This record gives sequence, C-alpha cells and structure tokens, in this order.
Amino acid sequence: MSTLGKATSKLPLFIFLTPILLWLFLLIVLPHIDLLRMSFRIENDYGDMVWSVSNYLEFFREPIYWLTFTRTALYAIIVTFLTLCISLPVAFYITKVAPPKFRGFLSLLLLMPFWVSELVRIYGWMILLRESGVINHFLVEWGILQQPVEMLYNDVAMTMGLVYTSMLFMVVPLLSVMDSLDDSLIEAAFDLGSNMFTIVWKIIIPHAMPGIASGSIVVFMLSLGNYLTPNLMGGKNALWFTEQIYNQFIASFNWNQGSAFGFLLLVLSSLIIFIGLRLTNQKLSKVVQ
Amino acid sequence: MIRTLPQSRSYSIGFKIYILLFFFFLFAPLLITCVLAFNDSLFPALPWKGFSLDWFFSDGPERVGIFHDQINLTSIWVSFKTAFFVAIFSTVVGTCGAFLFEQEEFRFKQLLYFLMLAPLVIPGVILGISILLFSNTLGLFFEDRFGIDIGLLRPGFWLVVLGQFSFITTLVTLIVSAQLKKFDYTLEEAAMNLGANRFQVIVFITLRFLKPALLGATAVAFLMSFENFNTTLFLVGSEATLPINLYLQVRDGSTPVINAISFLLIVGTSTLAVFNLFIQRDRSE
Amino acid sequence: MEVDLSVKSVSKRFKSFVAVDDVSFEVEKGKFFSILGPSGCGKTTLLRMIAGFEEPSKGAIYIRAQNMANISPNRRPVNLIFQHLALFPMMNVADNIGFGLARRNESKTEIRKKVSDILERVNLPGFEAKKIHHLSGGQKQRVAIARSLVLDPTVLLLDEPLGALDLKLREQMKIELKKLQMEVGTTFVYITHDQSEALVMSDHVAVMNEGRFEQIDSPQNLYTKPASPFVARFVGDNNRLPGKIVGCNDGTAELQTASGEKLLIRTDRQLTPGVQAELYIRPESVILEPAQELPELNRLNVLVSSILFDGANTQLLVESPASDDELLISLPQNRQYEHISVKDRIEIGWDARAGNCFPLP
Repeated sequence: MSTLGKATSKLPLFIFLTPILLWLFLLIVLPHIDLLRMSFRIENDYGDMVWSVSNYLEFFREPIYWLTFTRTALYAIIVTFLTLCISLPVAFYITKVAPPKFRGFLSLLLLMPFWVSELVRIYGWMILLRESGVINHFLVEWGILQQPVEMLYNDVAMTMGLVYTSMLFMVVPLLSVMDSLDDSLIEAAFDLGSNMFTIVWKIIIPHAMPGIASGSIVVFMLSLGNYLTPNLMGGKNALWFTEQIYNQFIASFNWNQGSAFGFLLLVLSSLIIFIGLRLTNQKLSKVVQ
Repeated sequence: MIRTLPQSRSYSIGFKIYILLFFFFLFAPLLITCVLAFNDSLFPALPWKGFSLDWFFSDGPERVGIFHDQINLTSIWVSFKTAFFVAIFSTVVGTCGAFLFEQEEFRFKQLLYFLMLAPLVIPGVILGISILLFSNTLGLFFEDRFGIDIGLLRPGFWLVVLGQFSFITTLVTLIVSAQLKKFDYTLEEAAMNLGANRFQVIVFITLRFLKPALLGATAVAFLMSFENFNTTLFLVGSEATLPINLYLQVRDGSTPVINAISFLLIVGTSTLAVFNLFIQRDRSE
Repeated sequence: MEVDLSVKSVSKRFKSFVAVDDVSFEVEKGKFFSILGPSGCGKTTLLRMIAGFEEPSKGAIYIRAQNMANISPNRRPVNLIFQHLALFPMMNVADNIGFGLARRNESKTEIRKKVSDILERVNLPGFEAKKIHHLSGGQKQRVAIARSLVLDPTVLLLDEPLGALDLKLREQMKIELKKLQMEVGTTFVYITHDQSEALVMSDHVAVMNEGRFEQIDSPQNLYTKPASPFVARFVGDNNRLPGKIVGCNDGTAELQTASGEKLLIRTDRQLTPGVQAELYIRPESVILEPAQELPELNRLNVLVSSILFDGANTQLLVESPASDDELLISLPQNRQYEHISVKDRIEIGWDARAGNCFPLP
C-alpha cells in the first residue's frame, strides 16, 4: 500500500470496516453474550425468570451430564491422535516418496471424498457396517461368520467415523508443511549417519509441527462439536455432549439449561485449543492459515 | 526414505500397501453408496439383484425415484437457494475483510482479527444455538417494545443463511487474504503511475488479480453452505435443507433413494471441485 | 535550453531518519541524467518523490516549470520503470502497454496503432498477444519501457531496471537503452548503484551519498576530477595514499606519507601545510618501471604481492610502506612486463598531475 493511498482518504477503511463490524458483532459477539446471559437465567416457582447458577450446578449434580462431557473430550482427543497417526505417513508419501508426476493426482484423489457432504460419507459407512450391511454380507457369504453381527452403533464405529470425517483437516495442513520441507535436509541427515527413526523424530516432526498443530486443533474442534457422526454411528448409550445440548434445546425445550451446556462446551474447546497452542508454541493466526 | 535416497524393498512395498489401504478406506463408503443406487432392490444392501434406474426415475407407487420425490427435490432446491445467498454474501463481506486486514491500519486491528478467526474455533452447534437465542431475544424485544413481529428472526430460511454466513465468511476472508498477501503492491503503483485513479486500480489490477481466488472462495462457500448440518440444525424452520432432510431419513431407516441422491451429490461436488482446481491451476501458470 | 525537471532543496524525513537531505538539480530536455549511489543512499526515495508516491518533507519539484505539490501520481507527466518492472501478470503485452492509453480514454484503434508502433520501436514487433510470463528477461525490460514511453512522458524515471538481468544481457541493454533514448529524445532520469551503467549511458551523473549529492558532472569529469573523496572512491578504482601536507606554493603541494615518502602534487586546490590529506591515484595512471629521465615523477619501491590476470583488465597488487592498503596497478598485456612475477621488488611512478588530493576535514 502506498503511503499516499492511506494519506488521501479514510473512505476505503470505512467501506471495508462496516460490514466486518456488523458481521462480527451481530452474528458472533452479541449471540455469544446472549448465550452466556441465558445460561444464568432460570424460571423460578412463580414462573418468572431470575438470575441463578443452578443450570451449572445441575451439570455437576447429574452424573450423566458431566460423564458425557468428559467422555466427549476424551474421545475427541483420541480421534485427533488417531487422525494424526494415519495422516502423517500419507502426507509424507505424497510429498516425498511418490513420483512427482503422481503427486497432483494423489492430492486431488485425497481431497475428493471430502468435498462430499459429511452425511453422505457417514451414510456410506452405515450401509457398509450395519447388520444387513455389505461387510456382513461378504463375511457370511465367505463363511467367516455364521450370522451377521452388528458392527455399527458402538464406540469403535463412532471413533472410526469421526476419524474418517475429519481426516481432510489434518491432511491438508500436513501436505503443505511437508511440501515446504527441503529434501536436502533429509539427505543431509542421512549423509550424517542418522537412521530413519532419528530423521522422523528430529527432522520431519519438528518441521511439520505448525501443520500438526493446526491440523490437530481443527480436528479436535470438529470432533468435539460433531453431532451427525456420534448420533448416527454411535450406540444408544454412547452419548455425545452435542446430543445433550440438542436434547435440551429441541426435546426438553429447556433453553437455559442448553445454554449452560453450550457455554461449557465452548469453554472446553477454547481451553484445549489454548493449551494446544501453548504446548506447540503456535499462534492462532498462524495456525488457521 | 525419500525419492532421491536408496530405499529397501520392504520399506517401499510396505509403504505402498499402506497407501493403497488408506485410499481404499477413503473411497469404500462412497463407492458402495454409488453402486447401491443402481441396485434393483428395495433396500440399500447386497445382494446385487441387477441394474436399475428405478431410484432415479421411477414414479411409484412402490418405488419413488429421486426425480419424482417431491420432499427431497424441495429440500435440494432450498439448499441451492441457501447456498446461493450464503456464497454471495460471504464472498462480498469476506473480500472486504481481506482488504481490511491486509491493506488498512487501524486501532484494535489485532483484536478484530482475532474475533474474525473465532468462528473457526467455535463448534458449529454452539454457533447455531447462540444465533437462535439471540434472534429469539431480539424478536421478543421488538414484539414487547414495538409490538412488531419480525418473521426474519424466527427459525427459517434467512436465519439459516445468516448462521452459515457467520462462519463461512471467515473462510472466504482467509482464502482471499492468502491471495492478497501474494499481491505485489508495486503493480498498484505502476497502474497509478500509468494514469489510473484509485478506483480503476482496484477494478483493473487488484480485483483482476484476485479473480481466481474470489471464484474459488465462492465455490468453497457454496459447497460449505450446501453441506452444512451442525449450524443449520438449530436454525432450520419449516423449509428443511438437504442435509437436514437426509439426516431425518437416514435416522429413521432408509431406501436406496438416498443412495441416488448421494450419487448425484458426489458427481456434482466432484465436478465443482475439479472446476475449482482448474481455476487454481490457471492462476498458478 | 528548456528545463524538464527541476528539483529545489528537496528533503525527505522518515521519523528521525533523513533519507534525502536538501537535494537540488535540474535536468534539461532530452538529456540522460543518472543518479548514482550505494544502496540506501536515498536515491529511490528521491525518485519516488518525483513520481509522486512520496511527498517531500521540504522543497519543491517542478516539471516543465509546473509545481508538482499535491498532484497525485496518476496525474503527473512522468512515468516510472520499476525496479522489478511491475508488469501486470494477468494481462498480455498489448494490454500492458495499452493500459495507460486506455486510462486516457483513447479509442481502441488508436491504442492498437500506438502499441504496435512502440513495439516496433523496442524491437518486439508482433508481440502483442504474448503472455508476460512467456517473455525473457530482456523482453520484459523492453515491454516495461514501451509501456511507459507510449504515454510520451515529459520525464521517464528508471529505478535500476537492469539490476535483475545477468551480466551479458545487462551490457547489451545498456547500449540499447542509450540508443533508444537518443532516438525518442525523452528526458531520462536513471538511478543505479552500478557506476558503469551511469558512466556509459548518461549525459550527466549525480553521485549521491547519505541523502546528499556529492557532485553533479559529466561522466568524464566525475572520473578525472572527482569533487570529493567519496566520488574518487565510488567512481572507478582508486588507490588511496593518506598523509600530511608539508609544503604548498602556487599550484604544487607536497604530501608526506606515514612512512616518510614525500609525494609531489600538482593541483588547483588550496592545500594548507600541516593538514591531513588523502591522495588518490588511478590504477592506470601508474607507470611501471619508469624511465629515469622523466621529470616531476613520484617514485615508490614496492613488492609485488599478486597478479590478478583478467585479460585486458589484468592488474597487479603491490605492497608499499606508503599505504596500509595494497595498491592496485593496471598491467598492460603488451608483453613488455611479462618478466614481472610475484615477490619481485619493482619501482613504480606517477606524474605529479595524475593524482587527486583532498584535505581531510
């Protein structure tokens, strides 16, 4: 930007600033303040709305709530870790091992499924895994199983579904950091006598750290806030915290309780993202790019 | 280890098998969904009973193909409308955002930038309920204070558009910013030096430079909106979008018509994705 | 003679840093004027002020006697060739060159004709439809020049446009640019840190250092009669001999080096006995093994430390107690000096009129 452009007029600033302020305040800031406000309101015995912390107390009083909450957080962490472990070699293969002429094609192939709606992808897994599903059909046909078994509606299926759903958000940042890793660093390390383990641990992982951090944060956030996958692939007892929120809002129509839950989820997700950023020494503005 | 280094046979074969398995894992559910859309059966399951286009074109009464399924067709239309408005709005505002954060200097810029990123780390469900709550609060306020009932603030089409817009705009801002970062500002100076005024510089130079990114961002915004479920779930009124509609059907037992819709979606989005890729490639040339 | 560009006491200050400090000069119509200086000397800032991208903190800039204050860059009758050319990558050659004409609302046919004419002029006929990224470095250069020249500016500013080219191409472009300027007769203001570019192409050169002009002169005078030690060092190679003035009368002076040699200097400059001074001798002014009978010759016995063979530019490096630095001497390749080899002790000399002596402040 030339110094002159700035000096001449403040007009561009206002043209750009106004829609941004409207968007952020009307759709982000004020709604979340309202969320916080609602979570401290309850209906007292006379039917009036009063301030109270009882929505939060309810969360700790009722084991199903905080157990679901903890369970959700733990599973989201497991999902993030698994996604990372699966994606890392793939990103490495595509950028560093595969012949360069296949590289574009492989990346395209990798991204393709993720353009498709999450619902379609989950639906695909459902018709593969369920009792009348395709896998059971083949297992029975080949005599490996006598009777079809239900493979859907359990924690393993749900975890796999979550890993599958959020894979893209790990692979893309990993591909771009791996791409920026200079081959000669690996060659130099090799030349200096390191083995594969040292190279992975000392060169590749540290270099990929920004990508790992950004991928992990997004995958964690998406798993934590996911509703579809746990709802459709998880068992009836495998409650996910977003389902609790949904139940409060839509089924019980207790918006105040739901707001408290929503706010707790928001705090949890922000907290873990904050810790993640601290541990890996990253900045949010860097990570999301 | 890498291309240029000697590698053992077992390493290279093992790695290839891993990658093959990975891609199988990636595509198996999509392929099976597509294949079963053409199965001549009442259920989306094997065994294969022969090829049929019933789930696309049959008009009942036992099998209703997608092109005769009014409820699903309506929801597809609703999703199209939603995605159209979200794509337009978020591209316009997101472009403003990119210019604001890349070109302008003002107080509290860092704070505002941070706020702009926030929708990315707020779970979609929470975004949905906050906007639901706030619009409800506003609606009550207007009704109590002025006695007017604003339909816009009740769950429904425009609230869904707003909800999706609220986080998709962040994505657009980031996509356009990334391109704007690569912009060489001497080009603006050169244009000015050749006699262009401020407005002409933006139209002929900056926006032209951003065109591929803007098209790409619009395509991404359209897809994100078309497929959004989490935020939409809480804001939807009587007009269900396609993902909501599909979800209700999948949850309560499904017929191969869902496979047919999925097939169309997979073909449609892949086309859009490839189109987007060509735009990007064109740019990098 | 008509003056196209006149810069009057212009200064530019960025916070506490003074980039351009009270610079004044005039450029006559049709001249090739260069500003030569090391990087960071303020020459780019000066150029950007003329183009209108920066406002002077003090002073005024006139183009054809019209004050440029408060005239925005898009309304000034000057065009700038950017250091990295700033060709618009999203347009083809014709659209790049026609950009400025289109901003003047000239008709399409008119633009097409002018573009084709100017392409002819820069030896790129028929290049209209080419994409920018398909051009070679030299072709891009010409397109950038054409894009500015087609607007027929009063003054064409050039910001080290040859910097990105490789050596061979740079030599060729130097000559081409000079020829082009003489053909079109447009006033050029060219900034560079490369002294050879400035000397070869320019009618006048200003040497700039730390925001100030040290000297404005013809290339010949800059080389033979530098006005300051900085110019003597910056333009061409030079040998520096520090010492003290011990005698001075009527056009001659005597400098005594730290090691005790007394060197005779013929100069118009007033040198007061007792002051510290520096004598500068060009490598080609030094005579190897001078004949005994030559009058007014300063002689030194030196030790050959190395021979830097470079064809016609071959040079000797010699050590002398008279200077802390090694002295650089041209070694003509006419077989006369073939017997000289490293570690030899030889005698060198130079005429009393050959050097330039500056008193130190």
